[in-house]
Amino acid sequence: MTATYELTHLRALEAEAIHIIREVAAEFERPVLLFSGGKDSIVMLHLAVKAFWPAPVPFPVMHVDTGHNFPEVIEFRDRRVNELGVRLVVASVQDDIDAGRSIEDTGKGASRNRLQTTTLLRGITEGRFDAVFGGARRDEEKARAKERVFSFRDAFGQWDPKNQRPELWSLYNTRHRKGEHIRVFPISNWTELDIWQYIADEHIDVPSIYYAHKREVFQRDGMLLAVNEHLAPEPGEVPFELQVRFRTVGDATCTGCVESPAADVESVIVEVAATRVTERGATRADDRISEAGMEDRKREGYF
Amino acid sequence: MSELLRIATAGSVDDGKSTLIGRLLYDSKAIFEDQLEAIEATSQRRGDEYTNLALLTDGLRAEREQGITIDVAYRYFATPKRKFIIADTPGHTQYTRNMVTGASTADVAMILVDARNGILEQTRRHAFLSSLLGIPHLVLCVNKMDLVDWSQARFDELKNEFRDFATRLEVGDVTFIPMSALGGDNIVDRSSRMDWYRGRALLEHLEDVHMAGDRNFIDARFPVQYVIRPQSSDYHDYRGFAGTVASGIFRPGEQVVVLPSGVTSTIASIDTFDGPVSEAFAPMSVTFTLTDNVDVSRGNLICKPNNQPMVKQELDATVCWMSSTTTLQPGARLLLKHTTNTTRALVTGLQYRLDINTLHRDETAPELTLNEIGRVQFHTNQPLFYDEYRTNRSTGSFILIDEATNNTVGAGMLLGRTHSDQRPTRSASPNVVWQSGTMDRAVRWAALGLRGQTVWLTGLSGSGKSSVAAEVQRLLVASGQAASILDGDNLRHGLNSDLGFSTQDRLENVRRVGAVAQLMADTGVVALVPLISPYRAGRDQIRADHRAAGLAFVEVYVNTPIEECERRDVKGLYAKARAGQLPGFTGIDDPYEAPLRPDIELLPSAGNATAQAERIVAFLNAKRTGD
Ligand SMILES: Nc1nc2c(ncn2[C@@H]2O[C@H](COP(=O)(O)OP(=O)(O)O)[C@@H](O)[C@H]2O)c(=O)[nH]1
Repeated sequence: MTATYELTHLRALEAEAIHIIREVAAEFERPVLLFSGGKDSIVMLHLAVKAFWPAPVPFPVMHVDTGHNFPEVIEFRDRRVNELGVRLVVASVQDDIDAGRSIEDTGKGASRNRLQTTTLLRGITEGRFDAVFGGARRDEEKARAKERVFSFRDAFGQWDPKNQRPELWSLYNTRHRKGEHIRVFPISNWTELDIWQYIADEHIDVPSIYYAHKREVFQRDGMLLAVNEHLAPEPGEVPFELQVRFRTVGDATCTGCVESPAADVESVIVEVAATRVTERGATRADDRISEAGMEDRKREGYF
Repeated sequence: MSELLRIATAGSVDDGKSTLIGRLLYDSKAIFEDQLEAIEATSQRRGDEYTNLALLTDGLRAEREQGITIDVAYRYFATPKRKFIIADTPGHTQYTRNMVTGASTADVAMILVDARNGILEQTRRHAFLSSLLGIPHLVLCVNKMDLVDWSQARFDELKNEFRDFATRLEVGDVTFIPMSALGGDNIVDRSSRMDWYRGRALLEHLEDVHMAGDRNFIDARFPVQYVIRPQSSDYHDYRGFAGTVASGIFRPGEQVVVLPSGVTSTIASIDTFDGPVSEAFAPMSVTFTLTDNVDVSRGNLICKPNNQPMVKQELDATVCWMSSTTTLQPGARLLLKHTTNTTRALVTGLQYRLDINTLHRDETAPELTLNEIGRVQFHTNQPLFYDEYRTNRSTGSFILIDEATNNTVGAGMLLGRTHSDQRPTRSASPNVVWQSGTMDRAVRWAALGLRGQTVWLTGLSGSGKSSVAAEVQRLLVASGQAASILDGDNLRHGLNSDLGFSTQDRLENVRRVGAVAQLMADTGVVALVPLISPYRAGRDQIRADHRAAGLAFVEVYVNTPIEECERRDVKGLYAKARAGQLPGFTGIDDPYEAPLRPDIELLPSAGNATAQAERIVAFLNAKRTGD
């Protein structure tokens, strides 16, 4: 604490997020926190731990599992959940494919990202969750820049961007009917750099693939994709070894990595501060589909 | 240490707001290459001749299609000194609610004007909304200086024009910066093209805005948000009260009081995950433990015994209505969320609607519709613990929720005094001694052939008071006497524009009109006062005051029965009152106390307005010849 009674921007963002998380715990019956093992959801879970200390986090976490995972991430997910003693709900895309509720695209560049919407909505319905914490940030994408912190979804999980509830001061309207739910984004106002600075400040552990390591990769559509059990190069795509790290972790079939020597959090911060490409632009084949891609998916109920 | 600064931007369409924001993001390296490539591609496709930085902020498809910004968009950039959050709000009239949304938490309002167009109605509206929402710092960005030849004269002209307007608003700190967003002049660095400008570039200014003075460190307020009870073996008896400090400073060991119970205790510790802290201030999210086992739950407020907020169920607030499907009217029932409390609220009055372009107050407005702002009274189910919004944005604000749709339909800023509060009683300044005129009244009147007095016409709404008064005035002036009408409705636009129709306000209204009439009578004018003035005590006081000053006071009771008044219903007010839209309407649900001994009583049988006026004039003349 300083004599000027000013908080640093990270402490102010932290306080805002904790306020939001507590507000949800106070006003909803069945919240759930989306936890993928990615850095944003790790930070969000860390904030939830801080919000209720010394009591445990009073709600479960949910992973929408495409089945195409990096093993390091799943390992991390399970370890973290065990340390905290929170309940993990896994909503599996594979289950929806097997049951015929989702139909998988095939061929080159096919991914299961799109299919996550069905599985997420099923997970929410089955768990009868009325508030769903997401780790989305407004700096990620243009449609997200306009989404409220408390984002109301109708009974079909859909977002209506032209009909958002006004959101003033820190007075959040949590009212909803049975069957409807509200997506809550406590780290809306954080940027990628804020996340990394916070990870450093708080000594937060993240999966090893966020730091530089050697890996077999190949080029596709201007992105570096990692060879893994779910993704093999097509004829003509030549794999090679490179020192890389991931800026986001998602479906292993479409999440790219970047060439990087940044092996620890300080070097990552330096790199992120200097980078001139958004993390989605660099590493999500899927998000590059069209300018309106994210808005359309969000309308349908995506994260 | 880098701090967080929240900015709200506003400007009319095409003033260059998007360009300016794009420029700030670009020059502070917050725009990424892939974003830039995407908008370059779109710009080319649309046939723009330059890379349209504005495209960066138009996020939703509908916005891109219509080429306008619909919703508040949040943007982020940082310098080593500060991290900035920009709430970019669209400027169109119909989007007042978005501007209010974006402005609610802002430290700085950035308002753009096009140097060629000058201060527009929209500029005034944006400035007004910024001041209404209590944004402490305002920057007027005079953009497109390149198109006025970088003219200092033009800049000064706009500056003065805006200043004239801003003096009517409550904005603490206004800064004017001439710039060209397109060329980057005075955005990040001082421009060499405007040597005459001695101030700072926009970004330098934003980095240096002094924020410490904006915070309220005096009134310690801690709304309890959540009770933490681990019930684990390590923390078996732990009961922590979690929340965000709204204002003021709290320290362990200090005595506190919990509202509404009024129970006092002492702060045992202020806990966080990172360990206990020695003090907590806004906006820290912390957890208090108390030394006593007192009953505290969500919705309670912890403060200090010698500095407590108002605790009331009768509220007076400025409200911005945000619903396109419903309106706000007296009688409406809503949910009101204030700090960590949600309670039911009944709208008991709409005092006036404010024209946000002219600041004119329309007291006849029956309702508030989308984007309208007015002064509204509420009665709540539970008392609120609140401060005036001007002094406390956290404990002075609330939102309104429609219970049927669950939508947020309004935003409110609490005012300090409620309608039903006691106004300062008469003779509030006992040490101010009456200064009598140096020239004797009789001498003045005789020299000018004047004879002042007050003719007070009381009666129900629609009884015909005003028509009779007008006739009396005509007759008196025709016979060479100075006569003037003090119209109650007209005075409510000026002198009495701060008053409503509660009992207290009506008494005050009558008192003021009486005082003005007395001054006029003293000057030598016949003051004609057609005023419902429903309460006997108020009228009697004015008569007594006149008598004490040696002035004649004639009370005329325009005794038209209510059935007849209601049949006429000239202003349509009875219909509204019967429909429950005008609570407290005299004769319907507020009493009219008829004079016990009026000087003149006019019944409808006495004829039309002219005939009645003649009776009054005859009475006045008889008195005159009688003395
Ligand atoms: N000459 C000149 N044109 C400008 C300046 N700033 C913006 N513009 C142009 O004004 C038009 C409207 O700008 P835009 O940023 O879209 O305005 P917005 O509607 O306020 O967001 C565009 O054609 C801009 O290129 C400036 O400083 N000088």
